Amino acid sequence: MDDLEDLYREIILDHYRSPRNRGELPTPPAHRTEGYNPLCGDEIVLTIVVADDVIEDVRVDGHGCSISQSSASLMTGVVKGKSLDDAKVAMRSFKRMMTVAEEDDPDADEPIDVRKLGELAALQGVVKFPVRIKCATLAWNTLAQALVEMDA
Amino acid sequence: MKRFDPERVRRDVPELQRTVHGLEMAYLDSAASSLAPRSVIEAMSRYYERTHTNVHRGVYQIAEEATEAYELARRSVGSFIGAPHPDKEIVFTKNATESFNLFARAWGASVLGEGDVVVLTEMEHHANIVPWLQLKEERGIELRYLGVTDQFRLDLTRLDETLAGASLVSITAMSNVLGTIPPIRTIADAAHAAGALIAIDAAQLVGHAPMDVVDLGVDVACFSAHKMLGPTGIGVLWARAELLASMPPFLGGGGMILDVRLDSFKPADAPHRFEAGTPPIAEAVGLAAAVRYLRSLGMDAVAAHDLELTGYALERLGSQFGDKVRVYSPQDLVDRGGVLSIELEGVHAHDLAQVLDRHGVCVRPGHHCAKPLMRRLGVPATARVSFGPYSVERDVDSLLSGIEHALGMFG
Repeated sequence: MDDLEDLYREIILDHYRSPRNRGELPTPPAHRTEGYNPLCGDEIVLTIVVADDVIEDVRVDGHGCSISQSSASLMTGVVKGKSLDDAKVAMRSFKRMMTVAEEDDPDADEPIDVRKLGELAALQGVVKFPVRIKCATLAWNTLAQALVEMDA
Repeated sequence: MKRFDPERVRRDVPELQRTVHGLEMAYLDSAASSLAPRSVIEAMSRYYERTHTNVHRGVYQIAEEATEAYELARRSVGSFIGAPHPDKEIVFTKNATESFNLFARAWGASVLGEGDVVVLTEMEHHANIVPWLQLKEERGIELRYLGVTDQFRLDLTRLDETLAGASLVSITAMSNVLGTIPPIRTIADAAHAAGALIAIDAAQLVGHAPMDVVDLGVDVACFSAHKMLGPTGIGVLWARAELLASMPPFLGGGGMILDVRLDSFKPADAPHRFEAGTPPIAEAVGLAAAVRYLRSLGMDAVAAHDLELTGYALERLGSQFGDKVRVYSPQDLVDRGGVLSIELEGVHAHDLAQVLDRHGVCVRPGHHCAKPLMRRLGVPATARVSFGPYSVERDVDSLLSGIEHALGMFG
């Protein structure tokens, strides 16, 4: 059952049990975007405040499995306080790790330096469970959608 | 009632001879799709090896044989559900979902208009909700819903009030999430008294219990072959002969016409009117073989077997895990089938199913295409356990070990 333990690493279980940046920010000033994983029924609500091209605050609420919820929690920790450019770099790296690189990702074929992903690297075991990749990318896709909606 | 040996059924199902993660497979997902016995697979192979060509077309020998095999399947599935006139009443579709769409499009769109009422229930599969929502959007029909009680039964306290003025009642004959079997005959009588037709979603019932459309008093029944030990790719719409004959065509094309001119066409009689294009012939042959297999087991025995395992699962889940496992399903064995949904404290259904997989246990996590019901239950997702004639107590035992593992991991 090694790959099962690889999927459910302690850090993932920790973020699932105690999610960071949980809840909703008041709108306005925050922008609110909903994300769905129709296959699993996962639903998340992402609220985000961007000022001067910096993600000042971001929160995620909703429900889903340990992978989708821990990934959302880990994501908020990574992008909060980051510039939009840095957040987009992290987003692209994460999706490359999940083998679902963006079409417009200039580094799509570059090998991934897992060390640069920090805590996000805990989710790399998900790749062995293709059905769960959608769970891990839900929060990131919702963030991407929010940024498009905000024209950020 | 003569009982069958589930171990013999297991030996008849080739897929159960394989292993998953080196373990015997505990297949507890028959409500999603059942596993076909060898006789079904061989009937389809034999058809492709010896008889395959198009139906209702050629005059050569194998063309006649293929047509005969296809029409024989229509008669055998018709007689299996007690259809009075199988030759006029059984339409082969792609699946139960298409059967509902056919009925909603052919009957609903030609009969229903602004303000006409269709009554559904909160425990419907999306297949019996979305086609009606589409008619609501397009034609302004009104949808009413019978609720679900806290005991996971259909709430019939306001039945007459809900049915008043309705044109159609379309309800599940067995919930794919709860296992609940509503009192169809009672509802059918009430529907007819109110001047409404009644259609049932028989997808979960037909392969798991005796079912007779005349005894049930219904006008329409929809189901899929792959949930009754048959192949994917074929479903059935049964409708009373006069009703079916009154319905305009659904899909247009070859096979569904009497005559075609450059500016007009005449549709064929039912059921061919509703079978445009080359139908699923091999699948019909497979479905007929599945019906033969189910008949050989005896539907009373199939139902009793499902209930026995359901009782065992309910008892063991309760005694072993107490409040840590919440069961969304009637707690008794009355008017229910072999389906139950569970939720573990602190463990999402998706995670539970992932851990169970490593124990060789196949269950379905998620909303089971019944999101309105999940909202009613106040739970985003459950793990659904469902039985078939090949299920045995050790499948449940594997489930219990997997739950123990998941609780230890996430608890």
